[in-house]
Amino acid sequence: MTGGLRDLVSIAAFVLLVATIPLVTDSGVVLNFVMMALYAALLGQAWNILGGFGGQFSFGHALFFGTGAYLQAMAQLHGGINAWLALALAVAGSAGIGALVGALTFRYGLKGSYFALVTLAFAEVFRILALSVPFTGAGVGLMLPLQESFINMQFGSRKGYLYLVLAFVAAALLVTWWLKNSRFGAYLQAVRDNEDAARAIGVNPFGVKLGAIALSAGFMGAGGAFYVQVFQYIDPGIAYGPAVSVEALVAAIVGGMGTLWGPLLGALVLHLLADVTRNLFGQLPGINMVIYGVVLVLIVMFLPRGIAGLGATVSALWRKRQKESGDRRG
Amino acid sequence: MADSLLAIEGLSKSFGGLKAVQDVSLAVPAGSLTALIGPNGAGKTTLFALMSGFLTPDSGQVLFDGQDITGRAPHLNARLGMTRTFQIVQPFAAQTVRDNIAVGVHLHLKDRRAALAQAEEVAARVGLTAQLDKPASDLTVAGRKRLELARALATRPRLLLLDEVLAGLNPQEIAEMIPVVRGIMQGGVTVLMIEHVMQAVMNLAQHVWVLAQGQLIAQGSPAEVTAHEKVVEAYLGHGTAARLRAAALASKSEALP
Amino acid sequence: MFDSAILFPSLLNGITTGAVYALIALGLTLIYGVLHIINFAHGAALMVALYAVYLLKQHWGIDPYLALPLVVPGMFALGYALQRLIINRSSHGKDENILLVTLGISIVLENAALLLFKSDTRTIDTAYTLTTVAIGPAMIALPKLVAFAGALVVSALLLWIVGKTDLGRAIRAVAKEKHGAKLMGIDVDHVYAMSFGIGLACLGAAACFLLPAYYVNPQVGSGFVLVAFTVVVLGGMGSFGGALLGGLLIGVVESLGGLYLGESLGQIGIFAIFIAVLLFRPQGLFGARI
Repeated sequence: MTGGLRDLVSIAAFVLLVATIPLVTDSGVVLNFVMMALYAALLGQAWNILGGFGGQFSFGHALFFGTGAYLQAMAQLHGGINAWLALALAVAGSAGIGALVGALTFRYGLKGSYFALVTLAFAEVFRILALSVPFTGAGVGLMLPLQESFINMQFGSRKGYLYLVLAFVAAALLVTWWLKNSRFGAYLQAVRDNEDAARAIGVNPFGVKLGAIALSAGFMGAGGAFYVQVFQYIDPGIAYGPAVSVEALVAAIVGGMGTLWGPLLGALVLHLLADVTRNLFGQLPGINMVIYGVVLVLIVMFLPRGIAGLGATVSALWRKRQKESGDRRG
Repeated sequence: MADSLLAIEGLSKSFGGLKAVQDVSLAVPAGSLTALIGPNGAGKTTLFALMSGFLTPDSGQVLFDGQDITGRAPHLNARLGMTRTFQIVQPFAAQTVRDNIAVGVHLHLKDRRAALAQAEEVAARVGLTAQLDKPASDLTVAGRKRLELARALATRPRLLLLDEVLAGLNPQEIAEMIPVVRGIMQGGVTVLMIEHVMQAVMNLAQHVWVLAQGQLIAQGSPAEVTAHEKVVEAYLGHGTAARLRAAALASKSEALP
Repeated sequence: MFDSAILFPSLLNGITTGAVYALIALGLTLIYGVLHIINFAHGAALMVALYAVYLLKQHWGIDPYLALPLVVPGMFALGYALQRLIINRSSHGKDENILLVTLGISIVLENAALLLFKSDTRTIDTAYTLTTVAIGPAMIALPKLVAFAGALVVSALLLWIVGKTDLGRAIRAVAKEKHGAKLMGIDVDHVYAMSFGIGLACLGAAACFLLPAYYVNPQVGSGFVLVAFTVVVLGGMGSFGGALLGGLLIGVVESLGGLYLGESLGQIGIFAIFIAVLLFRPQGLFGARI
């Protein structure tokens, strides 16, 4: 079986496995944990497309999340549009914003730290706009009225939401798989690893990065729409604030950037840590983020390829030792 | 010229006050293997960058197969059939040799599996078959040079611009590389190489251009050019040619009975 | 709308705040100029310094201005340690990793503050907090005037250190050519850590000048981060003159923006400048290395 086929089978197995969880348990705690971990994974997967595979680190990915969230809310509240149609709108809208930001920043060749800063600035601008404009509810935010039914994408128990987010995660997994097994993905990673070399052999960096940011933004938008449906509330701080941006990138980096399973691993580990901490110290404000920050620093210092890259890091160290002792002997 | 694959006319480029390339014109015949030589800082790599689209000239034209491609983006030129390599190798370090080459193959082949398969064939042509599944960062300098070459070859270029492909190689590695480069030209690819390794230039090049301080100072066959007074002076300094000639005369007169 | 009675005080306010922005930006631009890293933790570090000044006043009654000899060296030590122990070990040859590590540090600092102090906004009361001074037709708070003067003095001091001392010479050497400096026997790691320390020491000074006229809460840092970056990017990465001029400009823009658009929307003016500069003139006004 080729690597590509093996991955597809793993994805199918994973999805089936998780799909059975709501069938075997009714525990609110377990279902909530799985749902929130999957939600965090979705954010991480979205970031991973642009950051891990594209090499463009966005520090303001909440921009796309918030846009999706507000579109989802506003389409239903102001436009009377059905929740599922609103979802399509939210995803398309965030992808569109992604393309716009990408067109602007990549056209002017922004990379690295400057790109990270600009995405941060854009997120802040949108936060302030959302705070100041009436139809986003300004500082008060928007609330979705409770109307539980499938048509309204509001489910009585966590089970329905779990399947919803699982569907998104599965889609993200398939897109990530496609990045690893397609020409577009090969071009994207080439641009990440060496843009000039890629240009010399026929890759158009602008087009490829633009595609990546639009895809990435679309999935973040789905995450935002999901949030609104679950919590039935959105405000500027939640939509465009740093918490979402940080959660997305930490999950991807801790799990392993540019890998298929990295964001899922990262999200799982971080949420487990958060749960353990909550059980040990209670619900302290900010403690989650402190842990996320510490883990991020530690991972970058000692395990830059993340948990998924652990195997690769170890074997690289091993090969280095072999080479060094071989050099000494030779 | 109708049979020149690449023709540059009056190309000039300055950076601030520095005239990197001044009014350079040359024509590369299709199917040939030619070389661009000159002392360090002469502007050779800048010329490559101008030809391939990484830099836009201040004045002048670049014609590829008769078509004006001046200032066109490198990736578009690659699609037309002009690929360049870099003086300091630029592998996709974290990716395997196979994946590296596959990126080049993808220029003409969309299907991933087919591209990976063809990458193997290209790797065989440069002798990298044993390293296919190694990360590029694991390769030696010679290996990375071969990889750079393989990746460029994978794009099926009509014109290959090789920037010091032999730099950093030991004599054994150079001896191994020379037939590879010759083989590329024999396969129908036009090759223009920037080279410092004179052994390779003498061995391979059918025609040589000499660049010094941004200007074309001589051109001709390798033998003609290396004997050319201006070329000797460019490399060894003003008056050297005359001194060498005087020394040669002196030793000749000593040898006479 | 352009009534000078409203405009002048706003301008004055902008200039005095701008001087403090300049001081904050100087540290940031020094760090960038020498280490070539963008210190995302700069805002969080300022927040730490502000809390330090706050605690010194609340628990030990030490006046903020008198706290300078405590806070400035303290922040220097923090900066030195952070660079030497954490940041230096994180790059693994890729700039992106530094980005992530400084982000991580800022997350830890901000949320540790949230944990320890809750999200309440705190201010201090000093004898002179409410004193105002007349400048022309406008009344300006005395602490703001002191902040202005103090920021300029510290900036001058910083310029002197970098320009005239041996350390400054070493810093400039490393900034210009790291490998050459190493070959000359300069301990590059030490210089890096010193520069980072000095950058954070500037924040210590800025905090002492800021708190009497301002406030502190855990989110204060992120508010300053983007402003500081805007100043640095506007003035030119690595340019001291640029940081000074940029600081004053941004201070004025913020003040006028707040006057005409209200506080929230006024902030957008700053970010709009930031984005515009990055897109259209990334080298800023003076884009020079020190």
